[in-house]
Amino acid sequence: MPLIKYIDHSGGEYEADVDVGKTVMDGAMDNMIDGILAECGGCCSCATCHVYVDEKFIPVTGTADGMEKEMLTAVNEPKDNSRLSCQIFVTEEMDGMTVRIPESQY
Amino acid sequence: MTQSTCVIIGASHAGAHLAACLRQQKWAGRIIVIGDDDRLPYHRPPLSKALLAGKQSIDQLLIRPESFYQKQNIEFMLNRKVARINRTDKTLQLADGETLAYDKLALCTGARVRRLDICGAELKGVHYLRHYRDVENIKTNLDGQRNIVIVGGGYIGLETAASLRQLGHKVTVIEAAYRVLQRVTAPEVSTFFQRVHQEQGIQLVLDKQVAEFVAAKDDPTRSDRVLCTDGSLYPADLIIVGIGVRPNVELAEQAGLKTANGIWVNEFAQTEDPDIVAAGDCTNHPNALLNTRLRLESVPNAMEQAKSAAASICEQPIQYAAHPWFWSDQCDIKLQIAGFNNGYDEVVLRGDPGVGRSFVAWYLKQNKLIAADCINRPKEFMITKQLLAKQITPEKHLLSDESVDPKRFLEN
Repeated sequence: MPLIKYIDHSGGEYEADVDVGKTVMDGAMDNMIDGILAECGGCCSCATCHVYVDEKFIPVTGTADGMEKEMLTAVNEPKDNSRLSCQIFVTEEMDGMTVRIPESQY
Repeated sequence: MTQSTCVIIGASHAGAHLAACLRQQKWAGRIIVIGDDDRLPYHRPPLSKALLAGKQSIDQLLIRPESFYQKQNIEFMLNRKVARINRTDKTLQLADGETLAYDKLALCTGARVRRLDICGAELKGVHYLRHYRDVENIKTNLDGQRNIVIVGGGYIGLETAASLRQLGHKVTVIEAAYRVLQRVTAPEVSTFFQRVHQEQGIQLVLDKQVAEFVAAKDDPTRSDRVLCTDGSLYPADLIIVGIGVRPNVELAEQAGLKTANGIWVNEFAQTEDPDIVAAGDCTNHPNALLNTRLRLESVPNAMEQAKSAAASICEQPIQYAAHPWFWSDQCDIKLQIAGFNNGYDEVVLRGDPGVGRSFVAWYLKQNKLIAADCINRPKEFMITKQLLAKQITPEKHLLSDESVDPKRFLEN
Protein backbone atom coordinates (compact mmCIF):
# COMPACT_ATOMS: atom_id res chain seq x y z
CA MET A 1 0.00 0.00 0.00
CA PRO A 2 1.54 3.35 -1.01
CA LEU A 3 2.76 5.51 1.86
CA ILE A 4 1.95 9.20 1.56
CA LYS A 5 3.58 11.79 3.78
CA TYR A 6 1.66 14.93 4.75
CA ILE A 7 3.45 17.96 6.14
CA ASP A 8 1.35 20.72 7.64
CA HIS A 9 2.13 24.42 7.65
CA SER A 10 3.90 24.32 11.01
CA GLY A 11 6.12 21.42 9.91
CA GLY A 12 4.19 18.59 11.56
CA GLU A 13 4.66 15.34 9.63
CA TYR A 14 2.11 12.56 9.29
CA GLU A 15 2.34 9.35 7.30
CA ALA A 16 -0.58 7.42 5.96
CA ASP A 17 -0.94 4.16 4.06
CA VAL A 18 -3.47 4.92 1.36
CA ASP A 19 -5.17 2.27 -0.76
CA VAL A 20 -4.53 2.42 -4.49
CA GLY A 21 -7.57 4.05 -6.08
CA LYS A 22 -8.33 6.23 -3.10
CA THR A 23 -7.42 9.90 -3.21
CA VAL A 24 -4.75 11.83 -1.33
CA MET A 25 -7.68 13.64 0.31
CA ASP A 26 -9.17 10.33 1.50
CA GLY A 27 -5.81 9.47 3.06
CA ALA A 28 -5.90 12.68 5.09
CA MET A 29 -9.53 12.26 6.14
CA ASP A 30 -9.16 8.62 7.11
CA ASN A 31 -6.19 9.43 9.31
CA MET A 32 -7.56 12.66 10.83
CA ILE A 33 -4.76 14.75 9.38
CA ASP A 34 -5.59 18.37 10.10
CA GLY A 35 -5.58 21.11 7.52
CA ILE A 36 -7.43 19.34 4.74
CA LEU A 37 -11.09 20.18 5.22
CA ALA A 38 -12.74 18.41 2.25
CA GLU A 39 -16.05 20.18 2.72
CA CYS A 40 -17.58 18.74 -0.46
CA GLY A 41 -16.39 15.22 0.22
CA GLY A 42 -14.18 15.05 -2.83
CA CYS A 43 -16.22 16.12 -5.84
CA CYS A 44 -14.07 19.10 -6.81
CA SER A 45 -16.62 21.65 -5.62
CA CYS A 46 -15.01 23.49 -2.73
CA ALA A 47 -11.20 23.67 -3.03
CA THR A 48 -10.71 23.04 0.71
CA CYS A 49 -8.33 20.12 0.13
CA HIS A 50 -5.56 22.17 -1.50
CA VAL A 51 -2.03 20.72 -1.24
CA TYR A 52 1.41 21.29 -2.75
CA VAL A 53 2.78 18.17 -4.43
CA ASP A 54 6.45 17.24 -4.19
CA GLU A 55 7.78 18.31 -7.62
CA LYS A 56 9.52 14.96 -8.16
CA PHE A 57 6.11 13.28 -8.26
CA ILE A 58 4.36 15.64 -10.65
CA PRO A 59 5.05 13.35 -13.63
CA VAL A 60 3.17 10.66 -11.70
CA THR A 61 0.32 12.77 -10.34
CA GLY A 62 -0.10 14.88 -13.46
CA THR A 63 -1.20 18.50 -13.25
CA ALA A 64 -4.56 20.13 -12.68
CA ASP A 65 -6.86 20.87 -15.58
CA GLY A 66 -10.42 22.00 -16.23
CA MET A 67 -12.52 22.77 -13.19
CA GLU A 68 -9.70 21.97 -10.77
CA LYS A 69 -7.27 24.31 -12.51
CA GLU A 70 -9.80 27.14 -12.46
CA MET A 71 -10.49 26.66 -8.77
CA LEU A 72 -6.78 26.65 -7.99
CA THR A 73 -6.30 30.09 -9.54
CA ALA A 74 -8.32 31.50 -6.65
CA VAL A 75 -7.08 29.53 -3.63
CA ASN A 76 -4.97 31.06 -0.91
CA GLU A 77 -1.31 31.12 -2.14
CA PRO A 78 -1.49 29.08 -5.33
CA LYS A 79 1.78 27.66 -6.67
CA ASP A 80 2.83 25.71 -9.75
CA ASN A 81 2.61 22.47 -7.77
CA SER A 82 -0.82 23.21 -6.28
CA ARG A 83 -3.40 20.46 -6.57
CA LEU A 84 -6.76 19.62 -5.07
CA SER A 85 -5.99 16.42 -3.22
CA CYS A 86 -9.44 14.97 -4.02
CA GLN A 87 -8.35 14.81 -7.64
CA ILE A 88 -5.12 12.86 -7.04
CA PHE A 89 -5.96 9.16 -7.22
CA VAL A 90 -3.24 7.18 -5.50
CA THR A 91 -1.19 4.68 -7.55
CA GLU A 92 1.72 2.40 -6.56
CA GLU A 93 4.08 4.93 -8.16
CA MET A 94 3.11 7.50 -5.52
CA ASP A 95 4.64 5.45 -2.70
CA GLY A 96 6.82 7.83 -0.67
CA MET A 97 5.27 11.00 -2.05
CA THR A 98 5.16 14.08 0.14
CA VAL A 99 2.38 16.66 0.01
CA ARG A 100 2.48 19.91 1.92
CA ILE A 101 -0.67 21.42 3.40
CA PRO A 102 -1.13 25.20 3.09
CA GLU A 103 -1.64 27.45 6.09
CA SER A 104 -5.30 28.00 5.28
CA GLN A 105 -7.88 26.45 2.99
CA TYR A 106 -9.77 29.75 2.68
CA MET B 1 -13.53 4.40 37.10
CA THR B 2 -16.57 5.26 35.05
CA GLN B 3 -16.20 6.78 31.67
CA SER B 4 -18.33 9.57 30.17
CA THR B 5 -20.46 8.55 27.22
CA CYS B 6 -21.48 10.74 24.34
CA VAL B 7 -24.35 9.36 22.30
CA ILE B 8 -24.98 10.73 18.83
CA ILE B 9 -28.42 10.14 17.35
CA GLY B 10 -28.12 10.12 13.57
CA ALA B 11 -25.42 8.52 11.43
CA SER B 12 -25.08 10.76 8.41
CA HIS B 13 -22.85 13.74 7.58
CA ALA B 14 -23.39 15.63 10.86
CA GLY B 15 -23.24 12.58 13.11
CA ALA B 16 -20.15 11.12 11.45
CA HIS B 17 -18.28 14.39 11.50
CA LEU B 18 -19.28 15.13 15.07
CA ALA B 19 -17.85 11.78 16.19
CA ALA B 20 -14.54 12.46 14.41
CA CYS B 21 -14.40 16.01 15.79
CA LEU B 22 -14.92 14.73 19.34
CA ARG B 23 -11.80 12.61 19.01
CA GLN B 24 -9.93 15.47 17.38
CA GLN B 25 -10.92 17.66 20.31
CA LYS B 26 -9.70 15.00 22.74
CA TRP B 27 -12.97 13.58 24.01
CA ALA B 28 -11.67 10.52 25.88
CA GLY B 29 -14.99 8.88 26.73
CA ARG B 30 -17.17 6.49 24.79
CA ILE B 31 -18.77 7.62 21.55
CA ILE B 32 -21.84 5.75 20.38
CA VAL B 33 -23.52 6.66 17.09
CA ILE B 34 -27.06 5.39 16.55
CA GLY B 35 -28.34 5.26 12.98
CA ASP B 36 -31.55 3.96 11.44
CA ASP B 37 -29.79 3.15 8.18
CA ASP B 38 -28.00 -0.20 7.92
CA ARG B 39 -24.78 1.33 6.55
CA LEU B 40 -21.95 3.32 8.05
CA PRO B 41 -22.35 7.03 7.24
CA TYR B 42 -22.15 7.68 3.51
CA HIS B 43 -22.07 10.73 1.28
CA ARG B 44 -25.60 11.66 0.31
CA PRO B 45 -25.09 14.13 -2.56
CA PRO B 46 -23.83 11.39 -4.95
CA LEU B 47 -27.00 9.33 -4.43
CA SER B 48 -28.86 11.21 -7.17
CA LYS B 49 -25.76 11.27 -9.38
CA ALA B 50 -22.89 8.74 -9.23
CA LEU B 51 -24.82 6.04 -7.36
CA LEU B 52 -27.94 6.35 -9.51
CA ALA B 53 -25.85 6.40 -12.68
CA GLY B 54 -23.96 3.30 -11.50
CA LYS B 55 -20.59 5.06 -11.55
CA GLN B 56 -19.94 4.40 -7.87
CA SER B 57 -21.10 1.77 -5.39
CA ILE B 58 -22.35 2.53 -1.90
CA ASP B 59 -19.12 1.11 -0.44
CA GLN B 60 -17.19 3.76 -2.33
CA LEU B 61 -19.40 6.47 -0.86
CA LEU B 62 -18.63 5.86 2.81
CA ILE B 63 -17.64 9.11 4.50
CA ARG B 64 -14.91 7.24 6.33
CA PRO B 65 -13.95 3.55 6.22
CA GLU B 66 -14.79 1.11 8.99
CA SER B 67 -11.12 0.98 9.99
CA PHE B 68 -11.22 4.68 10.85
CA TYR B 69 -14.03 4.23 13.36
CA GLN B 70 -12.35 1.15 14.84
CA LYS B 71 -9.09 3.00 15.28
CA GLN B 72 -10.84 5.97 16.85
CA ASN B 73 -12.97 3.71 19.01
CA ILE B 74 -16.25 5.08 17.70
CA GLU B 75 -19.07 2.59 18.22
CA PHE B 76 -22.05 2.27 15.91
CA MET B 77 -25.52 0.95 16.55
CA LEU B 78 -26.88 0.70 13.03
CA ASN B 79 -30.38 -0.16 11.93
CA ARG B 80 -31.64 1.04 15.30
CA LYS B 81 -34.16 3.72 16.19
CA VAL B 82 -34.45 5.88 19.26
CA ALA B 83 -38.00 6.04 20.58
CA ARG B 84 -37.60 8.49 23.45
CA ILE B 85 -35.18 10.75 25.24
CA ASN B 86 -35.55 10.86 29.00
CA ARG B 87 -33.70 13.99 30.11
CA THR B 88 -34.40 13.51 33.81
CA ASP B 89 -32.34 10.36 34.16
CA LYS B 90 -30.30 11.00 30.97
CA THR B 91 -31.26 7.85 29.15
CA LEU B 92 -32.52 6.92 25.72
CA GLN B 93 -35.10 4.32 25.04
CA LEU B 94 -34.63 2.51 21.77
CA ALA B 95 -37.52 1.30 19.67
CA ASP B 96 -36.60 -2.30 20.47
CA GLY B 97 -36.86 -1.62 24.20
CA GLU B 98 -33.17 -1.31 25.08
CA THR B 99 -32.20 1.55 27.37
CA LEU B 100 -28.96 3.47 26.93
CA ALA B 101 -27.46 6.03 29.32
CA TYR B 102 -25.72 9.18 28.11
CA ASP B 103 -23.68 11.92 29.70
CA LYS B 104 -23.73 14.07 26.59
CA LEU B 105 -26.20 13.76 23.76
CA ALA B 106 -25.99 15.04 20.18
CA LEU B 107 -29.07 15.23 17.99
CA CYS B 108 -28.09 14.81 14.33
CA THR B 109 -31.47 13.51 13.30
CA GLY B 110 -31.46 15.14 9.87
CA ALA B 111 -34.52 15.48 7.72
CA ARG B 112 -36.94 13.18 5.97
CA VAL B 113 -38.65 13.55 2.63
CA ARG B 114 -41.89 15.44 2.38
CA ARG B 115 -44.47 12.98 1.15
CA LEU B 116 -47.10 13.83 -1.38
CA ASP B 117 -50.39 13.05 0.29
CA ILE B 118 -52.57 12.35 -2.71
CA CYS B 119 -54.64 9.47 -4.04
CA GLY B 120 -52.34 6.60 -5.04
CA ALA B 121 -49.45 7.78 -2.86
CA GLU B 122 -49.06 4.30 -1.36
CA LEU B 123 -48.91 2.45 -4.69
CA LYS B 124 -45.87 0.58 -5.95
CA GLY B 125 -43.93 2.51 -8.51
CA VAL B 126 -43.90 5.70 -6.42
CA HIS B 127 -40.40 6.40 -5.11
CA TYR B 128 -38.58 8.97 -3.02
CA LEU B 129 -34.87 9.62 -2.84
CA ARG B 130 -33.08 10.15 0.45
CA HIS B 131 -31.35 6.91 1.46
CA TYR B 132 -29.12 4.59 -0.56
CA ARG B 133 -31.81 1.92 -0.45
CA ASP B 134 -34.19 4.29 -2.22
CA VAL B 135 -31.68 4.48 -5.06
CA GLU B 136 -31.18 0.71 -5.08
CA ASN B 137 -34.95 0.31 -5.38
CA ILE B 138 -35.13 2.76 -8.24
CA LYS B 139 -32.26 1.00 -9.99
CA THR B 140 -33.98 -2.38 -9.93
CA ASN B 141 -36.71 -0.80 -12.06
CA LEU B 142 -34.52 0.63 -14.77
CA ASP B 143 -34.31 -2.25 -17.26
CA GLY B 144 -34.63 -1.06 -20.84
CA GLN B 145 -35.86 2.41 -21.66
CA ARG B 146 -38.40 3.60 -19.11
CA ASN B 147 -40.90 6.41 -18.90
CA ILE B 148 -39.98 8.22 -15.72
CA VAL B 149 -41.99 11.02 -14.17
CA ILE B 150 -40.27 13.16 -11.58
CA VAL B 151 -42.49 15.27 -9.37
CA GLY B 152 -40.67 18.41 -8.26
CA GLY B 153 -38.26 20.67 -10.15
CA GLY B 154 -35.92 21.42 -7.26
CA TYR B 155 -32.29 20.32 -6.97
CA ILE B 156 -33.06 16.67 -6.21
CA GLY B 157 -35.61 16.44 -9.00
CA LEU B 158 -33.36 18.05 -11.59
CA GLU B 159 -30.23 16.12 -10.61
CA THR B 160 -32.18 12.88 -10.73
CA ALA B 161 -33.71 13.82 -14.07
CA ALA B 162 -30.28 14.58 -15.53
CA SER B 163 -28.80 11.27 -14.30
CA LEU B 164 -31.71 9.20 -15.61
CA ARG B 165 -31.75 10.99 -18.94
CA GLN B 166 -28.04 10.29 -19.32
CA LEU B 167 -28.87 6.61 -18.83
CA GLY B 168 -31.20 6.93 -21.82
CA HIS B 169 -34.62 7.02 -20.16
CA LYS B 170 -37.54 9.21 -21.15
CA VAL B 171 -37.84 11.72 -18.36
CA THR B 172 -40.63 14.17 -17.56
CA VAL B 173 -40.36 16.65 -14.69
CA ILE B 174 -43.60 18.08 -13.33
CA GLU B 175 -43.21 21.25 -11.26
CA ALA B 176 -46.06 23.05 -9.49
CA ALA B 177 -44.46 26.50 -9.74
CA TYR B 178 -44.19 28.33 -13.03
CA ARG B 179 -40.42 27.81 -13.06
CA VAL B 180 -37.93 25.25 -11.76
CA LEU B 181 -35.79 26.06 -8.68
CA GLN B 182 -38.28 28.79 -7.93
CA ARG B 183 -37.62 28.79 -4.19
CA VAL B 184 -33.86 29.10 -4.46
CA THR B 185 -32.75 31.01 -7.57
CA ALA B 186 -33.44 34.07 -9.69
CA PRO B 187 -35.71 33.70 -12.74
CA GLU B 188 -32.67 34.02 -15.06
CA VAL B 189 -31.08 30.96 -13.46
CA SER B 190 -34.33 28.99 -13.62
CA THR B 191 -34.73 29.83 -17.31
CA PHE B 192 -31.18 28.67 -17.93
CA PHE B 193 -31.70 25.31 -16.24
CA GLN B 194 -35.00 24.83 -18.07
CA ARG B 195 -33.19 25.34 -21.39
CA VAL B 196 -30.39 22.96 -20.47
CA HIS B 197 -32.72 20.20 -19.36
CA GLN B 198 -34.83 20.61 -22.49
CA GLU B 199 -31.69 20.47 -24.62
CA GLN B 200 -30.85 17.17 -22.94
CA GLY B 201 -34.25 15.87 -24.03
CA ILE B 202 -36.03 16.11 -20.69
CA GLN B 203 -39.68 17.14 -20.88
CA LEU B 204 -40.48 19.94 -18.43
CA VAL B 205 -44.06 20.49 -17.36
CA LEU B 206 -44.41 23.70 -15.36
CA ASP B 207 -47.22 25.30 -13.40
CA LYS B 208 -49.03 22.00 -12.99
CA GLN B 209 -50.26 20.26 -9.85
CA VAL B 210 -50.17 16.51 -9.51
CA ALA B 211 -53.58 15.19 -8.45
CA GLU B 212 -53.24 11.43 -8.39
CA PHE B 213 -50.97 8.48 -9.03
CA VAL B 214 -53.32 6.32 -11.05
CA ALA B 215 -53.35 2.55 -10.51
CA ALA B 216 -52.48 0.35 -13.48
CA LYS B 217 -55.40 -1.51 -15.06
CA ASP B 218 -53.52 -4.82 -15.04
CA ASP B 219 -52.12 -4.36 -11.52
CA PRO B 220 -54.10 -2.18 -9.10
CA THR B 221 -51.23 -2.24 -6.57
CA ARG B 222 -48.97 -0.32 -8.93
CA SER B 223 -49.23 3.15 -10.45
CA ASP B 224 -48.46 3.60 -14.13
CA ARG B 225 -49.76 7.12 -14.75
CA VAL B 226 -49.61 10.54 -13.15
CA LEU B 227 -52.79 12.59 -13.34
CA CYS B 228 -52.60 16.37 -13.00
CA THR B 229 -55.36 18.64 -11.72
CA ASP B 230 -56.02 19.93 -15.25
CA GLY B 231 -56.81 16.39 -16.38
CA SER B 232 -53.57 15.72 -18.26
CA LEU B 233 -52.03 12.27 -17.88
CA TYR B 234 -48.38 11.23 -18.00
CA PRO B 235 -47.47 7.56 -18.45
CA ALA B 236 -44.93 6.42 -15.90
CA ASP B 237 -43.08 3.13 -15.43
CA LEU B 238 -41.47 4.83 -12.48
CA ILE B 239 -42.43 7.89 -10.43
CA ILE B 240 -39.92 9.74 -8.27
CA VAL B 241 -41.12 12.44 -5.91
CA GLY B 242 -38.67 15.14 -4.81
CA ILE B 243 -40.60 17.96 -3.16
CA GLY B 244 -38.36 18.84 -0.26
CA VAL B 245 -37.70 17.61 3.25
CA ARG B 246 -38.88 18.19 6.79
CA PRO B 247 -36.55 18.34 9.79
CA ASN B 248 -36.74 15.41 12.21
CA VAL B 249 -37.63 17.27 15.38
CA GLU B 250 -39.97 14.80 17.08
CA LEU B 251 -37.47 13.34 19.55
CA ALA B 252 -36.43 16.82 20.68
CA GLU B 253 -40.01 17.99 20.86
CA GLN B 254 -41.13 15.03 22.91
CA ALA B 255 -38.18 15.67 25.26
CA GLY B 256 -39.49 19.18 25.85
CA LEU B 257 -36.76 20.97 23.90
CA LYS B 258 -37.70 24.03 21.90
CA THR B 259 -38.37 23.46 18.20
CA ALA B 260 -39.53 25.81 15.46
CA ASN B 261 -38.74 24.73 11.91
CA GLY B 262 -35.91 22.69 13.39
CA ILE B 263 -34.38 22.01 16.77
CA TRP B 264 -33.65 25.38 18.34
CA VAL B 265 -29.94 25.86 19.08
CA ASN B 266 -27.61 28.77 19.76
CA GLU B 267 -24.47 29.70 17.80
CA PHE B 268 -22.57 26.99 19.70
CA ALA B 269 -25.03 24.28 18.57
CA GLN B 270 -26.35 23.99 22.12
CA THR B 271 -29.99 23.37 22.99
CA GLU B 272 -31.46 24.69 26.24
CA ASP B 273 -30.30 21.48 27.93
CA PRO B 274 -26.59 21.89 28.83
CA ASP B 275 -25.97 18.21 28.02
CA ILE B 276 -27.64 18.21 24.60
CA VAL B 277 -26.32 19.68 21.35
CA ALA B 278 -27.75 19.42 17.83
CA ALA B 279 -26.26 19.76 14.35
CA GLY B 280 -27.12 19.49 10.67
CA ASP B 281 -30.32 19.65 8.63
CA CYS B 282 -32.44 19.29 11.78
CA THR B 283 -31.38 22.54 13.46
CA ASN B 284 -32.67 26.07 13.45
CA HIS B 285 -29.61 28.14 14.30
CA PRO B 286 -28.52 31.77 14.37
CA ASN B 287 -25.98 33.06 11.87
CA ALA B 288 -24.21 36.15 13.18
CA LEU B 289 -22.82 37.01 9.73
CA LEU B 290 -26.27 37.08 8.19
CA ASN B 291 -27.96 38.41 11.29
CA THR B 292 -30.79 35.92 11.04
CA ARG B 293 -31.81 32.41 12.06
CA LEU B 294 -31.61 29.65 9.47
CA ARG B 295 -32.30 26.04 8.84
CA LEU B 296 -30.01 24.78 6.10
CA GLU B 297 -29.98 21.54 4.16
CA SER B 298 -26.38 21.13 3.11
CA VAL B 299 -23.24 19.13 3.76
CA PRO B 300 -21.00 22.11 4.63
CA ASN B 301 -23.57 23.24 7.19
CA ALA B 302 -23.73 19.76 8.72
CA MET B 303 -19.95 19.53 8.98
CA GLU B 304 -19.25 23.01 10.32
CA GLN B 305 -22.05 22.88 12.84
CA ALA B 306 -21.00 19.39 13.96
CA LYS B 307 -17.54 20.75 14.69
CA SER B 308 -19.06 23.47 16.82
CA ALA B 309 -21.30 20.94 18.59
CA ALA B 310 -18.31 18.71 19.37
CA ALA B 311 -16.44 21.71 20.77
CA SER B 312 -19.37 22.50 23.06
CA ILE B 313 -19.41 18.94 24.34
CA CYS B 314 -15.68 19.22 25.06
CA GLU B 315 -16.36 22.55 26.80
CA GLN B 316 -14.17 24.55 24.43
CA PRO B 317 -16.91 26.37 22.51
CA ILE B 318 -16.34 27.40 18.89
CA GLN B 319 -18.93 29.74 17.40
CA TYR B 320 -20.60 28.51 14.24
CA ALA B 321 -20.80 31.47 11.88
CA ALA B 322 -20.06 30.75 8.23
CA HIS B 323 -21.38 31.97 4.93
CA PRO B 324 -23.49 29.15 3.56
CA TRP B 325 -22.50 27.50 0.32
CA PHE B 326 -23.98 24.74 -1.81
CA TRP B 327 -23.34 22.83 -4.99
CA SER B 328 -25.31 20.85 -7.52
CA ASP B 329 -24.15 18.75 -10.50
CA GLN B 330 -26.57 18.40 -13.40
CA CYS B 331 -25.67 17.13 -16.88
CA ASP B 332 -22.28 18.72 -17.60
CA ILE B 333 -22.96 21.61 -15.27
CA LYS B 334 -21.42 22.35 -11.95
CA LEU B 335 -23.49 24.88 -10.07
CA GLN B 336 -21.70 26.35 -7.09
CA ILE B 337 -23.57 28.72 -4.85
CA ALA B 338 -21.77 31.06 -2.47
CA GLY B 339 -23.78 32.88 0.17
CA PHE B 340 -27.50 32.97 0.82
CA ASN B 341 -29.66 34.98 -1.59
CA ASN B 342 -32.67 35.30 0.68
CA GLY B 343 -34.18 38.78 0.35
CA TYR B 344 -32.18 39.86 -2.72
CA ASP B 345 -33.46 42.88 -4.63
CA GLU B 346 -31.13 42.89 -7.63
CA VAL B 347 -29.40 40.39 -9.90
CA VAL B 348 -26.26 41.25 -11.88
CA LEU B 349 -25.25 38.80 -14.61
CA ARG B 350 -21.77 38.01 -15.84
CA GLY B 351 -22.01 36.07 -19.08
CA ASP B 352 -25.17 35.21 -20.98
CA PRO B 353 -27.50 32.61 -19.49
CA GLY B 354 -29.29 32.43 -22.83
CA VAL B 355 -26.26 31.03 -24.66
CA GLY B 356 -23.84 28.26 -23.71
CA ARG B 357 -23.40 26.84 -20.24
CA SER B 358 -21.31 29.26 -18.26
CA PHE B 359 -22.33 32.41 -16.39
CA VAL B 360 -22.66 33.98 -12.95
CA ALA B 361 -25.72 35.50 -11.28
CA TRP B 362 -24.62 37.81 -8.46
CA TYR B 363 -27.29 38.63 -5.89
CA LEU B 364 -27.39 42.02 -4.21
CA LYS B 365 -29.51 43.30 -1.35
CA GLN B 366 -29.58 47.05 -0.84
CA ASN B 367 -26.50 47.35 -3.04
CA LYS B 368 -24.60 44.80 -0.98
CA LEU B 369 -23.33 41.53 -2.45
CA ILE B 370 -24.98 38.62 -0.63
CA ALA B 371 -24.63 35.59 -2.92
CA ALA B 372 -23.71 34.19 -6.32
CA ASP B 373 -24.91 31.30 -8.44
CA CYS B 374 -21.85 30.22 -10.44
CA ILE B 375 -22.59 28.00 -13.41
CA ASN B 376 -19.36 26.33 -14.57
CA ARG B 377 -17.54 29.33 -13.08
CA PRO B 378 -15.34 27.92 -10.32
CA LYS B 379 -13.09 30.94 -10.21
CA GLU B 380 -15.94 33.37 -9.60
CA PHE B 381 -17.29 31.00 -6.96
CA MET B 382 -13.98 31.01 -5.11
CA ILE B 383 -13.72 34.78 -5.39
CA THR B 384 -17.29 35.32 -4.18
CA LYS B 385 -16.62 33.29 -1.03
CA GLN B 386 -13.74 35.63 -0.27
CA LEU B 387 -15.73 38.74 -1.16
CA LEU B 388 -18.47 37.69 1.26
CA ALA B 389 -15.97 36.94 4.02
CA LYS B 390 -14.38 40.34 3.54
CA GLN B 391 -17.71 42.10 2.99
CA ILE B 392 -16.63 43.57 -0.33
CA THR B 393 -19.15 44.54 -2.99
CA PRO B 394 -17.46 45.29 -6.33
CA GLU B 395 -19.02 47.92 -8.55
CA LYS B 396 -21.83 46.47 -10.60
CA HIS B 397 -20.34 47.37 -13.97
CA LEU B 398 -17.20 45.46 -12.98
CA LEU B 399 -19.16 42.44 -11.81
CA SER B 400 -20.76 42.14 -15.24
CA ASP B 401 -17.64 42.99 -17.27
CA GLU B 402 -16.11 39.76 -18.59
CA SER B 403 -12.89 41.56 -19.48
CA VAL B 404 -12.16 42.23 -15.81
CA ASP B 405 -10.41 39.39 -13.99
CA PRO B 406 -12.57 38.67 -10.91
CA LYS B 407 -9.40 38.42 -8.82
CA ARG B 408 -9.19 42.18 -9.16
CA PHE B 409 -12.34 42.49 -7.03
CA LEU B 410 -10.27 41.49 -4.04
CA GLU B 411 -7.63 44.17 -4.57
CA ASN B 412 -7.43 47.45 -2.63
